[in-house]
Amino acid sequence: MTFDEKYYNIGFLDQLAYKNTFVHRLDPRAKLIVTLLFLFTVVSFSKYEIAALLPFFLYPMLLMTIGEIPFMFIFKKVVFVSPFAVFIGIFNPLLDSGQVFIFSGLTISAGWLSFFSILIKFTLTVSTALLLVATTSFPGVCHALRQLGVPSLFVSQLLFLYRYIFVLMEETMCIVRARNMRSYGERGKDIRIFVRIVGILFIRTVERAERIYYAMLSRGFQGDMPSLKRFHIKTGDIVFALSVAVFLYFFRFYPATQILGRFVQGVFS
Amino acid sequence: MSHHIVEFKNVSFLYPDGTEALRDISFRITHGESVGIIGANGAGKSTLLLHINGYLMPTSGTVNIGDLYLTRQTRQEIRRKVGVVFQNPDDQLFMPTVYEDVAFGPLNLGMDETAVRERVEYALNLVSGLELQNKPPHHLSCGQKSAVAIASVIAVEPDILAMDEPAANLDPRSRRLLINLLKTFEHSKIIASHDLDLIMDVCHRCIVIKEGTVVADGPVMEILTNKKLLEENHLELPLSLQRR
Repeated sequence: MTFDEKYYNIGFLDQLAYKNTFVHRLDPRAKLIVTLLFLFTVVSFSKYEIAALLPFFLYPMLLMTIGEIPFMFIFKKVVFVSPFAVFIGIFNPLLDSGQVFIFSGLTISAGWLSFFSILIKFTLTVSTALLLVATTSFPGVCHALRQLGVPSLFVSQLLFLYRYIFVLMEETMCIVRARNMRSYGERGKDIRIFVRIVGILFIRTVERAERIYYAMLSRGFQGDMPSLKRFHIKTGDIVFALSVAVFLYFFRFYPATQILGRFVQGVFS
Repeated sequence: MSHHIVEFKNVSFLYPDGTEALRDISFRITHGESVGIIGANGAGKSTLLLHINGYLMPTSGTVNIGDLYLTRQTRQEIRRKVGVVFQNPDDQLFMPTVYEDVAFGPLNLGMDETAVRERVEYALNLVSGLELQNKPPHHLSCGQKSAVAIASVIAVEPDILAMDEPAANLDPRSRRLLINLLKTFEHSKIIASHDLDLIMDVCHRCIVIKEGTVVADGPVMEILTNKKLLEENHLELPLSLQRR
């Protein structure tokens, strides 16, 4: 993938947040808290757990369907960062060689179990976090953080990061294009040129920061970012948060898959 | 009503590296005047604008804005009176959405939320950008960005409007809309630009700067028809006056 394509791809994530579905209309604070709760619940399972994790896919799937977020988009993003999770777990099958009995006649090493468990937890957590941003927008998440008591300084750093990552990328894109157009082959792609480009970007960033600070000062900035109170908790938000909490509690503390399995067995015998 | 004057008296400014950007500059702009500041690249136009609301302090001389002398103590007060629009709207629009950006100034003035909303809507409406309010700045076109940048300054209701190359990067139609918009403002206006046709349309008076000093100051038509003066300052006759 070229730099240009990547750039437009990032912009797509917050275009998804313009939609107006039930999930998008929920209070960002409710979504943030529910997402955190979800992450902690998923991570709290033991390292050999697989079956009990599967029902948790219901939550991201529901969000995706109701929020009209394209499945392939989220899927590609998850695959893109998956090497991290794979490298964390790849040696488990070798290191953890205890045998585990699954079906009659089929045994595998405990390492494979923990490896798959890591992959499942990774997929669940990353896709839910992406869905939070895709349905709330990054600034929405930041405002929710601010209202939940995260210090203003920290939140404004995040907001600036979000605002200027696009500007910085655009600047990089222009420099990279200019270099490619005049390098006629490979010579200009030398590492030394790359180092210079990074240096130039750094200097430009410092200068830009100064101009931005000036712009802030001329509009009355005195050290504190003002924030607008725009969200109001509605009944819908409470119902949403409570029902997800109940869902999480149920699947965390009751072996739901086993109960379902026994029930199905009972029906057929 | 306070007098929205801008007065520079023998102002000089040295950058820390020793570059002398302004040399003994003096002029007085009275209430409601619109003044174009022109000159070659590096003549000191931008440095001059940075003095108008106290980002830079003169090395010597005095700056008087609306009967307040510029000092470190009066800076905040002066910044309420003077709105500055920058050349690059990306430097000016630093909040994640257009609405929040335009609301930044009014919120800093301590206004309550309904008053802020009114101001923002008024300002965005003026530049016909009301439908952009929930967009992030990086999804806007250049023309939209400049319009929003102007709205973000107007929302503070400054007495004096200072602009650095307001029409740079605009397509002809956006530029024309901007000119029409600027004509409707009753603020004192100070516009630094190389776009001499814009200056001719919007301003009544023109100051030519060369190497940090004023070399000419007079009615806009007098200066912009003086071919010799313009060419000495790396400029040329406005395009609309070049037709023969």
